Amino acid sequence: MQQYELARFRTFTRRAAVLGAVKLALLSVVGAQLYNLQIVQRHKYRTKADENRINIRLLPPPRGRIFDQAGRLIAQNKQNYRLVLVPEQSGDIQLLLHTLAKTVPLGQSELTRILNEIERRRSFIPITVREHLSWVQVAQIEIDSPDLPGVSIEVGQVRQYPFGATFAHVIGYVGSASTEEIASDPLLQLPGFRIGKNGVEKMHDLELRGRAGNVQVEVNAHGRVIRELDRDEGEPGNDVTLTVDADLQEHAATRLGAESASAAVLDVATGACIAIVSTPSFDPNFFIQGLTQRQWGELVNNRHAPLINKAISGQYPPGSVFKPVVAVAALEAGVVDSSHRVRCLGHIQLGDRTFHCWRRGGHGSLSMISAIAQSCDVYFYDLALKVGVERIAEMARRLGLGQASGFDLPGEQHGLVPTPDWKRAMYDDAWQKGDSLNTAVGQGYLLTTPLQLAVMTARLVNGGWAVTPHLTRSVGDELSQDTLTRVAPKSIDLSHETLAIITRGMGRVVNHVSGTAYSARIEEARFAMGGKTGTSQVRSFTDIERQSGVVKNKDRPWIERDHALFVGYAPISAPRYAVAVIVEHGGSGSTTAAPIAHDILLEAQRLDSISRLSSPLNIRSSEIRKV
Amino acid sequence: MAEARLGPKPSQMSLVDKLGRISWGLIFLTSVIACIGFGMLYSAADGNMNPWASRQILRFAAGLIVVLVIAVIDIRIWMRWAYVIYVATLATLFAVEFFGLIGMGAQRWLYFGWFQLQPSELMKIALVLALARYFHRMTLDDARRPALLVTPILMLLAPMVLVLRQPDLGTAAMLVVGAGAIFFVSGVALRYFAIGGAIAAAGVPIAWQFLREYQRERILTFLNPEADPLGAGYHILQSKIALGSGGLFGRGFMHGTQSHLSFLPEHQTDFIFTMLAEELGLVGAATLIGLYVLLFAYGFAIALRARNHFGRLLGIGLTTTLFLYVFINIAMVVGLIPVVGVPLPLISYGGTAMITVLFSLGLLMCVFVHRDEQINRLTS
Repeated sequence: MQQYELARFRTFTRRAAVLGAVKLALLSVVGAQLYNLQIVQRHKYRTKADENRINIRLLPPPRGRIFDQAGRLIAQNKQNYRLVLVPEQSGDIQLLLHTLAKTVPLGQSELTRILNEIERRRSFIPITVREHLSWVQVAQIEIDSPDLPGVSIEVGQVRQYPFGATFAHVIGYVGSASTEEIASDPLLQLPGFRIGKNGVEKMHDLELRGRAGNVQVEVNAHGRVIRELDRDEGEPGNDVTLTVDADLQEHAATRLGAESASAAVLDVATGACIAIVSTPSFDPNFFIQGLTQRQWGELVNNRHAPLINKAISGQYPPGSVFKPVVAVAALEAGVVDSSHRVRCLGHIQLGDRTFHCWRRGGHGSLSMISAIAQSCDVYFYDLALKVGVERIAEMARRLGLGQASGFDLPGEQHGLVPTPDWKRAMYDDAWQKGDSLNTAVGQGYLLTTPLQLAVMTARLVNGGWAVTPHLTRSVGDELSQDTLTRVAPKSIDLSHETLAIITRGMGRVVNHVSGTAYSARIEEARFAMGGKTGTSQVRSFTDIERQSGVVKNKDRPWIERDHALFVGYAPISAPRYAVAVIVEHGGSGSTTAAPIAHDILLEAQRLDSISRLSSPLNIRSSEIRKV
Repeated sequence: MAEARLGPKPSQMSLVDKLGRISWGLIFLTSVIACIGFGMLYSAADGNMNPWASRQILRFAAGLIVVLVIAVIDIRIWMRWAYVIYVATLATLFAVEFFGLIGMGAQRWLYFGWFQLQPSELMKIALVLALARYFHRMTLDDARRPALLVTPILMLLAPMVLVLRQPDLGTAAMLVVGAGAIFFVSGVALRYFAIGGAIAAAGVPIAWQFLREYQRERILTFLNPEADPLGAGYHILQSKIALGSGGLFGRGFMHGTQSHLSFLPEHQTDFIFTMLAEELGLVGAATLIGLYVLLFAYGFAIALRARNHFGRLLGIGLTTTLFLYVFINIAMVVGLIPVVGVPLPLISYGGTAMITVLFSLGLLMCVFVHRDEQINRLTS
């Protein structure tokens, strides 16, 4: 080999070796990076890869149903048949929509919306064409399916209230979650998901909701679902059974009719609410489908306040309905006994003020029982002055007034039982004797809800047990915890003698010819009721007005007329039901409210005897107590 | 000395002799790597031979015949035609760059019936051929004379400028490094490499001005891929996720979620290594890299074994070109260098890369077949 050849071959060999080494070094760097990614950081990247491909979708649980005490459905889920189409499977969209229109007429605005959505969304995302299809339409589309590629029927669920307006204030309604609520639970973000907005739907919302399931799907980079990886069906919401009786509820609602009124019926032994009605009402089904602006405006601006549950949210001066409380307070305090008599001259004088009895000419000399029966104002003015307002207020609270009863519906008002301390704190003013007199006849500052009056009545006639009103009988298969704790109420420590005098008095209100509600008595002896009328003034009248005769109720504008009240119970032999009825601006308790209470109590007892005959296995809440 | 005066001596070998001197081991190794590629293309199409694997197999089969044809052509003929091939390729490159005359569709492509070719791809081989021929006649002393380096530097710069104009950073880099390897093993003084490196470094800010927006973005993205995970950094990030999730043994053949659910872009071409590493893990990736190292070792062995300097230089130049394909592609998908469009030899789907790679292997084989031929330094 020539000299130059040898020299350059040596250089070549040496430098080729260097080059090879450099290449190996470069590949080692690549190898090190691979080791770093695939071994050192593999968990991090494995997680990222799964985050890329796995999508978790929530499956909304079916909402629990709501039953009345006899198992009648008062809130259920109805199948909502939705027509959806997947654009990429549909071929010629125009032709398809034309074919569809034969079964499902599509308006111009609907067509525009559909075409817009097809434009906007990815072609594999289903688009809702129409909701709430009828059965006939569903059947027709299934038949036509060969001509309708990409079209399918999806089944969703919507809430439905078979009794409509009758249970509106009890059940409430469901609606989409508000923006603030959505933050609490991702489930609420699902477009079709509804939560309780009022009534039982709101009170037991979490139990009714159930537990959401989820489905894990694998998606590709474009969001298309490739396959299902895992599925958790979740748990349907619990059914809720109420203590109300749908028949009685309907009866009461019908009986109150178009009046601006409310009524509450309680089982006196347990406090279970058998019916609770507020009129006028509204159909909660409209809330499910969505109210128009006009419908909403009519509900909100109606002066009879159909959206308000007056039985728990309406606060009224109880009027004469309050008188038994004064009598109990006086008897229990021992300041008088039942033989105490007062001569009513139609008014009493207190300083320079005159306090009238409702009967212009006076009642003459009355015993306590007669005073209750005839609702003599003067008698109770006298009692109030003797016993003092503090003891009256204390008794009112023991009987459930002036505080939230703990009833299981949202929106309950407290009412108001005034005391000198309260007046000083509130008005910075001293309590006057006149305030005591006004309180004695259920006027002045005193405010009560119809439900509180029903509770008061129940506690007076059940032997003095502090029953708590409630609506929930059971949630799921379990008897409601609330119910179980409530079936053993505490005593409010009233003597039998006191209660006997009160019930005799309230019995005579209805069943004695001199009683204020004699015309509303129940003739059938075994169903006979007792009670107390009340007519509460919305505004007070001057002497001049009295003399000029404006006082007559029917001559005044509706909004200034007296509220008509009645609390009752039946049967008087062994009281089982207590009722409170208030007709706003309805005139007098004896002519307007008492007849309604009569009908409701009679119906309650009639239904009771029917259900005992027809279904001996049906356990009424009063019997749970024995268990 | 007597030989030199006699001029070029044609090869005395018959065709049968030449076929007997072919390295069937190299053919086998090439086929093994190609078969891994077919498997990955089959997986890339979700378990279908179409559209990629079947066509790739046909191309490879045809390419193997081309390899054998190139290998048995006398190495002196390749040497004689080296400049012609270089000038013709440069002219084509010039023509498509400036006039877009050639090619039925997009600029920069040449169509030869069933395959298409980018002149810039072909230039990678043509430049190596031309430089090998140039340095073949140089003694070590010649290689140290600056005056004699002007010509080869111009031979490099001419296509490089054209390619940079496209702009194709990957190809330009490969031309520079491929040529540099020949300069290096030819004995060019190391100080010239230092000077060249310094000039290149000084040129970076100037070059930055000439870069297109998307190229600057790619480089910036490379420096911080997490800054824009849905934009320009998406490819690198998704590639890293795919690689990392593969772990030691991979997600299983055809079960790479990143590849099959379209998170990984270009999974049948530039990012096919990522898919392999996702599905077969570090084990699969290391195996493939090992096979490539074996291929380069063959190249080095052939270069060192050759009795003629042209063959040695050609061997080193071609091996370096193959190495650059592999290194740039893998370094890109693992996030070590910016994203440049360089395919993985014998694995990535695509006609151009396959032709270039098989052409290189053919020439490498030609060097091996003619390993014992002696060619005079002054042969022209």
